[in-house]
Amino acid sequence: MNKIPFVFYLLTMAGVTYLIRMLPLVLIKKKIQNKFLLSFLYYIPYAVLSVMAIPAIFYSTSHTVSALIGFFAAVVLAIRKKSLLTVAAAACGAVLAAEIIIGCL
Amino acid sequence: MTEQTSFIKGIKDGLPICFGYLSVAFAFGIFSYESSLSILQAVLISMTNVTSAGQLAAVPIITSGGSLFELAIAQFVINLRYALMSVSLSQKLGKTVSMADRFIISFMNTDEVFAVSSSNRGYVGRKYMYGLILTPFLGWSVGTFLGAGAGNILPAIITSALGIAIYAMFVAIVVPVASENKPTFYCVIIAVILSCIFKFTPVLNKLQGGFVIIICAVVASVIMAIVSPIEIKEEGVKDE
Repeated sequence: MNKIPFVFYLLTMAGVTYLIRMLPLVLIKKKIQNKFLLSFLYYIPYAVLSVMAIPAIFYSTSHTVSALIGFFAAVVLAIRKKSLLTVAAAACGAVLAAEIIIGCL
Repeated sequence: MTEQTSFIKGIKDGLPICFGYLSVAFAFGIFSYESSLSILQAVLISMTNVTSAGQLAAVPIITSGGSLFELAIAQFVINLRYALMSVSLSQKLGKTVSMADRFIISFMNTDEVFAVSSSNRGYVGRKYMYGLILTPFLGWSVGTFLGAGAGNILPAIITSALGIAIYAMFVAIVVPVASENKPTFYCVIIAVILSCIFKFTPVLNKLQGGFVIIICAVVASVIMAIVSPIEIKEEGVKDE
């Protein structure tokens, strides 16, 4: 199978993403009233991020154990409403600490 | 209503977004490097897309040689929320914003830019919007470059630890809302269960990652949109 050149992937994703953002801003002036569509659009980001995070997060580091610890740290801080930066940095720190300990065992 | 027309005010409001993007884009850069994209490819993706979730979903499709159709559908589903934000933003733009400006501003209508521009009282003018989107765009591009470059020089134990960063950010976006809003919590649970089924069931785990994201997210969102539709308030979208 022939490999698709990178530039086609780039143009495809950039084009689709831009059209989604541009068309409503340029064309639509009224607010969406359809309750089902509004609800679907409300849930979509959370569903997408959840699917992308789980189970992939458990394979995002060298060890599943360190990933589990990083995930746990992220959830605890996220419940406490810490900023994105804080949560991400803490998860990385937890993974690093866990892997140093694992390396010493 | 008044119109916010200060370029400097835009820059000031955009800087916090810029700093946030530096770190998120850094994580994307690392992820791209670990997925064997080149630095140039990672930076080009960031400069032409400016969408964290969409870009992250695109990388495995690209590196696995997925189809352009799959990539287009994945971007459409993942980024569909921007359509809603653009609809809302279109009613927020003041008289100084021309049609040509709308074509440019819409390119940078990210979650954070949308949130900040919405938080302004009254309308937002063209100079303010250009100030607002300038530094986040730079932060997003430079952060990706640094992340993809750092992936080449940082020791393995550091890149391993940084590999979790972008997923941790997803956790930071989802968990606070899901922990206080029951329907969102159920939506997340349904999505996660479906995601795990696709990951661990023989045959199903042969499906391209992009399609798995689409199927799981759309099914979970449609179920919740039917079971628990959100209330529509005057100020915009509010959950129950």
